[in-house]
Amino acid sequence: MATSADSVGLELIGLNKILGGRTIIENLDLSVKKGEMVSLLGPSGCGKTTTLRMIAGFLIPDAGKVILAGTDVTTLGPDKRPSAMVFQNYALWPHMSVFKNVAYPLKIRKLAKDEIERRVHDALSLVNLMHHKDSRPSQISGGEQQRVALARALVQEPDILLLDEPLSNLDAKLRVKVREDIRDLQRRLGITTVIVTHDQDEALSISDRIAVMNDGRIEQFSTPQALYDQPATEYVANFIGSLNRFEGSFEDGRVQSGDNIVGIRPEDVYFSSHQQPGSHPATVELVVPRGHFFEVYLNSNDHKIRSFMSSEIPQVGATGFVRISKALIYKDGKLVKVA
Amino acid sequence: MSRTNTKLNLQANSWVVRIFLSLFIVIMAIFILGPLFWLAIRAFVTGWTFPNLLPDGLTLRWWKVIAGDDSLLQAIKNSLLISPIVVAISAAICLPAAYSFSRYEFFGRKTFIIGIFAANAFPKIGLYASIATLFYAMNLMGTVLGVIIIQVLGTVIFMTWIPAAAFGAVPRNLEDAARDAGASKFRVFRDITLRLAMPGILVALVMSFLAAFDEAQGTYLVGVPTIYTMPTKMYALVLNYPVQISAVFSLLLAIPSVILISLARKQIIGGQLAEGFQIK
Ligand SMILES: Nc1ncnc2c1ncn2[C@@H]1O[C@H](COP(=O)(O)OP(=O)(O)O)[C@@H](O)[C@H]1O
Ligand SMILES: [Mg+2]
Repeated sequence: MATSADSVGLELIGLNKILGGRTIIENLDLSVKKGEMVSLLGPSGCGKTTTLRMIAGFLIPDAGKVILAGTDVTTLGPDKRPSAMVFQNYALWPHMSVFKNVAYPLKIRKLAKDEIERRVHDALSLVNLMHHKDSRPSQISGGEQQRVALARALVQEPDILLLDEPLSNLDAKLRVKVREDIRDLQRRLGITTVIVTHDQDEALSISDRIAVMNDGRIEQFSTPQALYDQPATEYVANFIGSLNRFEGSFEDGRVQSGDNIVGIRPEDVYFSSHQQPGSHPATVELVVPRGHFFEVYLNSNDHKIRSFMSSEIPQVGATGFVRISKALIYKDGKLVKVA
Repeated sequence: MSRTNTKLNLQANSWVVRIFLSLFIVIMAIFILGPLFWLAIRAFVTGWTFPNLLPDGLTLRWWKVIAGDDSLLQAIKNSLLISPIVVAISAAICLPAAYSFSRYEFFGRKTFIIGIFAANAFPKIGLYASIATLFYAMNLMGTVLGVIIIQVLGTVIFMTWIPAAAFGAVPRNLEDAARDAGASKFRVFRDITLRLAMPGILVALVMSFLAAFDEAQGTYLVGVPTIYTMPTKMYALVLNYPVQISAVFSLLLAIPSVILISLARKQIIGGQLAEGFQIK
């Protein structure tokens, strides 16, 4: 990761954190480019929030460094860092109006009154909330509260924006809209952003790059496409998307006996009634409609394998041929070959 | 009334219920307000001879007696002076303690909290008696300082428990958000923590003031014969003055309570407290 200092937005070097006598974060490295949007993705309890709180300054790492926009901030408190955070449940101050919530960071910076007025106005307009500027947080909806929290962070013009599961308290429909709004804003402002999520859809749809976390470590840090096409570890392959998993080896377009792990994406499994080169006989055991596609359970040579199909859906009991276009081979959990 | 009826939604016996409820409310009102009413009348009449329906005559004589009696005026002055001092001292000592109880885990924390409670569960007069022997040794008997100390002791439970709960109820992420916005630890405390705990603290201040203002047992034991407050003066009044003087004194004693509670009422019921707890 040898990049010139001014193109790096955030750099985490060898972070360690012990909480309650347990190592929560272990030797974590991460380098985020300026203007990049990066997700920390992983199951609940893997240390995403802990990592984010070390970036924000609420936790001081036991070892390692946090470098923000070229400055070592490892031991600075949250009030001294050029970062702004959007909290999971928004953390708006109930005794202040929407306007005052957004103005507070500027009031602390002792800006002139008309300057504050102008910047709060801009921030609230950005999230389309000017009409609610005199409301109390308790009087507006969850989605609106979320936008106030975002405005309160953006108004500080931070070097880095930190979001901790910003969408988890919104209902499913709103979530998709808000995540697009956030992505749009982030692109327009070109602000370096780290977003924590346990939702792979969310991470895949809005990030430039994703850091998949497992048990306090980063398993893989790459673009959504690379993560999907070439998951570096078996853990990542399982966590992102769907996977048919076999113990064995992959030869002649089929799973054979062996001592590796073979992972096959259901999208890479094709079923057809005609034989083609590299295809093998299979029967259809179950067909489950999944909305815009069907999940087809096949049996080929006593291996059960799932396929996602969207056209020419076969009947249960039909016989035909299965073709596998791609397989991921893992040894000791690490990717050794893409066949 | 009408709301109760809508809720019950009774038809056949709605009249019976209505009459029964009215009767109940009237009886409760007489029971609670009757003595106060009787007291209020007593303070303004010359006398009230038994079979007569109306008092013998109206007068402000009893108020004038108090206005002209130096020892009574001194008691009023003492009360009005000592109670605010007691509240201020108690707040200065207990509020930081309450904050620590709510925020920090430290050695002996539990013992301390239970100790405060136990001291109040214990019969007060016994506690005061043992304190009195200590005060004798320290020459605090009959001094204003002694009275203040004994009254502060009586307010400790209000001034620690209620604010500790109020501080504890302030969500930590609201404080974190302020730190993140650039506020120093002190500013976070002032702008967020203290501000959100304020309704609870106000309640504690009111309760403590009333406890101090009303305190008689300990004050009597420590203050007599040099320091009298309004409640301890009542003992002397009942024995040595016409009954109407006691009535006037009781009314005077009730004034601060009425004012404080009506001032705090909005804070306690409708205002910040309710709103503050909506946040999860
Ligand atoms: N203050 C703390 N003391 C002890 N353990 C903690 C503390 N904070 C977090 N943890 C533990 O650290 C692990 C990671 O927590 P967190 O970073 O919140 O996970 P995530 O955000 O990925 O769900 C969890 O197992 C959690 O129980
Ligand atoms: Mg978390």
